[in-house]
Amino acid sequence: MEKLSRRSLFKAAGAAGAVAAVPERLITPAAAQTEPVAPPTSPVGGGLPAGDPRAGHQDVMFFFTLDEARFVEAAVDRLIPPDEKWPGAVWAGVPEFIDRQLAGAYGVGARMYLEGPWDLGTSQQGYQLPFTPAQLYRTGIQEIRTWLSQREGGGTEFWDLPVADQITILEMLESGEVPLPSMPSSVFFETLLANTIEGWFADPAYGGNQDMISWRMIGFPGAYAQYVDLVTEYNQPYERPPMSMAQSARSHSHHATR
Amino acid sequence: MAIRMKPVDVALVGGGATAAILGKELAEEGYSVVALERGRMRQTIPDFQSPYMHDELKYSVRHGLMQDPSVQTITFRNVIGQKALPMRQLGSFLPGTGAGGAMVHWNGQTWRFQPESFVLRSWVEERYGKDFLPADLTIQDWGITYEELEPYYMFFEKICGTSGIAGNLNGKIQEGGNPFEGPRSEPYPNPPMKQAYAGHLFANATSGLGYHPFPVPSSNVTRHYTNPYGAKFQPCMYCGFCETYGCEHFAKASPQVAILPFAMANENFELRLQSYVLRVEWDRGSKRATGVTYIDARGREVFQPAELVALCAFAHHNVVLMLNSGIGAPYDPVTGEGTVGRNYTYQTMSGASVFYAPDVRLNPFMGAGALGTAIDDFNTGSFDHSELGFIGGAYIAAYTTTGRPIHRHPVPDGTARWGVAWKKAVQRHYNSTATLTVHGSSMPHRGNYIGLDRTYTDAFGQPLGMITFDFPHNDRLMSRYVTSRAWEIARAMGGQQISVNWLDDHYSIVPYQTTHNTGGAIMGTNPTRSVVNKFLQSWDLHNLWVMGSSVFPQNAGYNPTDTVGALAYWAVEHMINDYLKNPRPLVPT
Repeated sequence: MEKLSRRSLFKAAGAAGAVAAVPERLITPAAAQTEPVAPPTSPVGGGLPAGDPRAGHQDVMFFFTLDEARFVEAAVDRLIPPDEKWPGAVWAGVPEFIDRQLAGAYGVGARMYLEGPWDLGTSQQGYQLPFTPAQLYRTGIQEIRTWLSQREGGGTEFWDLPVADQITILEMLESGEVPLPSMPSSVFFETLLANTIEGWFADPAYGGNQDMISWRMIGFPGAYAQYVDLVTEYNQPYERPPMSMAQSARSHSHHATR
Repeated sequence: MAIRMKPVDVALVGGGATAAILGKELAEEGYSVVALERGRMRQTIPDFQSPYMHDELKYSVRHGLMQDPSVQTITFRNVIGQKALPMRQLGSFLPGTGAGGAMVHWNGQTWRFQPESFVLRSWVEERYGKDFLPADLTIQDWGITYEELEPYYMFFEKICGTSGIAGNLNGKIQEGGNPFEGPRSEPYPNPPMKQAYAGHLFANATSGLGYHPFPVPSSNVTRHYTNPYGAKFQPCMYCGFCETYGCEHFAKASPQVAILPFAMANENFELRLQSYVLRVEWDRGSKRATGVTYIDARGREVFQPAELVALCAFAHHNVVLMLNSGIGAPYDPVTGEGTVGRNYTYQTMSGASVFYAPDVRLNPFMGAGALGTAIDDFNTGSFDHSELGFIGGAYIAAYTTTGRPIHRHPVPDGTARWGVAWKKAVQRHYNSTATLTVHGSSMPHRGNYIGLDRTYTDAFGQPLGMITFDFPHNDRLMSRYVTSRAWEIARAMGGQQISVNWLDDHYSIVPYQTTHNTGGAIMGTNPTRSVVNKFLQSWDLHNLWVMGSSVFPQNAGYNPTDTVGALAYWAVEHMINDYLKNPRPLVPT
């Protein structure tokens, strides 16, 4: 399988881009379920130089180094990949979401009890590593890269591997069979998967879920919310485009209509 | 040397639901009351307003309204002998922090316990025999009956503007309500919520099976309503942001809406914020509480003298405060002696999902915290256990509380956890899946209790509480039985696939289950087997009272808030009428 670069992602988006000219009101989950509809216009623009997966981003990374960002971009796009209808996690900005989370209070372990002594305990006792989330990513990515480089025929970075190999490595991390010195690989994987799903579905104000793409995919209306007059209209499609917290607060007070 | 504050009549530990109730009622009688709340002030306006309240990441995932584990948490183990480790992040349950406590972020599901619950030991022995249960299942009578508590249930439901259909009015079974509930003296103050499509499908299926569906009683109020204090509620808008959120609409009964403003309007009441209570001080000679010591917002240690102290903090926190204050005999699971920490219970949750064809649209985001249709045919007092070998039970409900997608994106069993197949399954099933909740009772077991941890401390250097808990065999049998009934209902609901979420593993502190932690400072008739008497007064120090679900001897197959509120009104009435004018033990020992 060929490497799915950012450039080929853009090709994919471009290929479907013809349909992107449909009026916005039709780009709803209801429409999407009956016929393939392209993702709405890419928020990152086109015509980018090949090779640098970060080149298209208008935003800087606050926490990740360039190599860490490359690792995370490749990984999250395997976890939530683009398909023929909907773009994937990289398009949606999930790497930026995770970067901002790790650069902020979540990353430094705010709201976590981080006093020792340390013992892994049982799965029922939950997370027991001494790392903050930011430290977990920094240490985990470094140790995975080291493990990859020491494998037979190693030397290729995760993000340069064929997609099928990336998937295999993620499956190995998930099952805990990658021997990392500082943590069970499954703990790293579960943190990455949880943060990826958060970034995919959270309000776009946090940097992921660009253009509310995941909400359009499933038909979740987002922060907009009053359905007192619709809740008893059974089995009816709700086709109002979603709304983000970042949109005008005034429009949130309007009554729900279909 | 601690700063010493001006003495007050009553010091309340906490600023949530029970503190608001006690504060309002005691201040009105002329007593000076200070409520010590560890968190900050929170008001419907501006703190709970849309659109910023509708932020799943901030409030449901990062727990914006909840207790901060970096300041205080608990340690946890499944069994005695295992090493307890700190709960480093919130998970299984979500205590609140700040004015209003956990009743800010509740769902509003407002269930009474059945009459059998309050006399469970006597009822089981009379009905099924003294040998029906193993000796290590330490169920007890509460020392109070449903009939005694009924007027207080009624009053609390009026305070909350609870919406529903009575199933049993003064002993007469009513069409459309819950026929298995105890007799109600009056109808609900407000009509029931609308029925969502999932609830409609559930009602059809359960009616067809011969069960008795009814709308879940809800404190998401259904019309413009003024409660007995004068609080003005507005109708619920079905926004789907209830549990883990504050209500922007003045529709969900939070203390901010229903109670607290009427306490704070009285100059006898003070809500003292950012006041972190460390312990209750007490006099060994006179066996009386003398006040509480807390850390104030500037980090200073402060002593607040009081004639009466009431613990109104979250369930296990009340117990940890007693243990850290050296009050009462700590429970010893090896000997079975001691009382403080005994009978820690929880809630036994399971469920099922019904996956419909893709053209079925359940619109899960058109929700409300207590929007649901339920049957109560399999709760503790509803059916015969004699051939089943367990006691207890559960209600089964089809709730439509949320379509918030970080946490709710159901996929059938066998679906990959990530990748293209997962993504397509999420898209396929998001709007076409109904979820059944099996909300089960939790019976006390000799080995389940709250103690103090010997290794880990909170931000103030005090020992953390330690929870030892796993689901007793009795509750596993109960869950298997009622979840099997839910499975049958799911099959009758006409979907294409079903997933059942069995209770088939040890209790885990990780996934969210419910914030229905109960027990540890239980009420009862015998000072050797309970911490407080039927009036919620400590057996050891008669001017120390304990509120909240920490007093439940065991947990019923219902949400606890209605019973917590009713018991607070019951206790404060006796505090005012029988105790404060003549302080003494109200139940002789």
